[in-house]
Amino acid sequence: MSDLRDLYQEVILDHSKRPRNFHAIDGAELAKGHNPLCGDRVTVFVKVVDGVIADVGFQGDGCAISKASASLMTEAVKGKRADEARHLFTLFHDVCTRDDVEDPEGELEKLEVFSGVREYPVRVKCATLPWHTLVAALDHKPDTIKTE
Amino acid sequence: MTLDLARIRADFPALGQDMYGKHLTFLDSAASAQKPRPVLDALRSFYEFEYANVHRGVYWLSQRATERYEQSRAKVRAFLNAARDEEIVFVRGATEGINLVAQSWGRAFLQPGDEVVISAMEHHSNIVPWQMLRDERGIVLRIAPITDDGDLDLAATASLIGPRTKLVAIAHVANALGTILPVREVVAMARKVGAKVLVDGCQAVPHMAVDVRDLDVDFYVFSGHKLYGPTGIGILYARHEHLVAMPPWQGGGDMIRSVTFEKTEYADPPAKFEAGTPHIAGAVGLGAAIDYVQAIGFDAIVAHERDLMTYATERLGRINSLRIIGTSKTKSSVISFTLAGVHPHDIGTILDREGIAIRAGHHCAQPVMDRFEVAATARASFGIHNGRDDVDALVAGITKVLEIFA
Repeated sequence: MSDLRDLYQEVILDHSKRPRNFHAIDGAELAKGHNPLCGDRVTVFVKVVDGVIADVGFQGDGCAISKASASLMTEAVKGKRADEARHLFTLFHDVCTRDDVEDPEGELEKLEVFSGVREYPVRVKCATLPWHTLVAALDHKPDTIKTE
Repeated sequence: MTLDLARIRADFPALGQDMYGKHLTFLDSAASAQKPRPVLDALRSFYEFEYANVHRGVYWLSQRATERYEQSRAKVRAFLNAARDEEIVFVRGATEGINLVAQSWGRAFLQPGDEVVISAMEHHSNIVPWQMLRDERGIVLRIAPITDDGDLDLAATASLIGPRTKLVAIAHVANALGTILPVREVVAMARKVGAKVLVDGCQAVPHMAVDVRDLDVDFYVFSGHKLYGPTGIGILYARHEHLVAMPPWQGGGDMIRSVTFEKTEYADPPAKFEAGTPHIAGAVGLGAAIDYVQAIGFDAIVAHERDLMTYATERLGRINSLRIIGTSKTKSSVISFTLAGVHPHDIGTILDREGIAIRAGHHCAQPVMDRFEVAATARASFGIHNGRDDVDALVAGITKVLEIFA
């Protein structure tokens, strides 16, 4: 039971039930992500002004992990420069897959809650799908990103 | 007529394992069944003492292997009550069986505009081969709709089957819903217009006695691995006259009578459709699996699984936020469900940590998910080794899911 709580932490459950920035944004860059294994679907909208992510939102349907990840991602990258967001994704990806991640600056902040995912290899893609989709939007690649 | 559950469980080595320190509750037989010891023993002893290539050698081992391979064919014939051994073709699985019919029979006998009717609750394996043929040959694919309960809409099906219909291809039991389809009624509709009938029996053969002559079908396919047999072996039953008329599908050794560079004469069925060295041990293992379920007997299996379905439906039905997808009155061995506010993959992960193996996803039946407007479902499915205690474990696991997501 305790190990399940490592995955389904309160922050994750909260964000999956009450996702933040859960809406489309008019005139924003967008990209779609799809995890065929789970059926998770996410659309990420991002508005970049002078290299800074001025607004970001998402829509879609998926498991608690993918929804919470998308929600926490939007909170984490809003107001950051696009290259900072990409850097954060690298850190985030590491925290989801490796147990020797160094985050001396504490940059991950709340995203640290996803470290439990690494014990559930089939669920890693649920957590990283929104980030892959965000990067695709930043790269102006609206075609559907697939995890498979 | 009762079934000795403790003895059956002792036959399945996999069931004796713990998962994350918890007793394994295996509820995913519809995806693939665990293997009982007699099947494992048959594979091992065949490879150890009776193995050689078939239909070739003059030496003892090859003759012995050929005998065992052909004995399995005879077992399958009796299992399906087919008229003759030659009507049983060994294939890799049901998927290959359907593709064989589509590529051989379909290409030879279907013209542009001819219609193939399938149901809206088919596995992808009984959808995609016909779409491929549609795109290649210009046939028309028609979809018989299903009701809100997950039954075949018989009136709508009757209106779809007409003079242009050349084949009706349906599941015997729907893998995502558990519905037992009314094969006899569908056969009667098809016969009126002279159409052939193919039945995908994957989810039926482990759970009920099947008689292809009584059902009066033209083609019947199933996979060995869902019948407690090995992977990589399956069966295409086809009426002898069809196998004689159908062109070969794959060319190679074993399917020929004589080969010169000018002309090749094909062997008679079933060899005509078994090019190359077959999965000999798989066939032997499938024979052992058939012996195993027949020794238990379908009267006992049906009674036991019916009790289990009634018990599980009743217990799951008491969980308020749980919705069963597929509520036909005629169901077999499969319960698909969703929980309000919890995605099936989260259900699957939490149950996994409780030692409970279920399937979460679209079950290779995405059109069924669309029909019921869900992205995915959780699916518990039963085999002969499951009992009421497995249902109790599932209900306790679901209670944990609800606690976490409260």
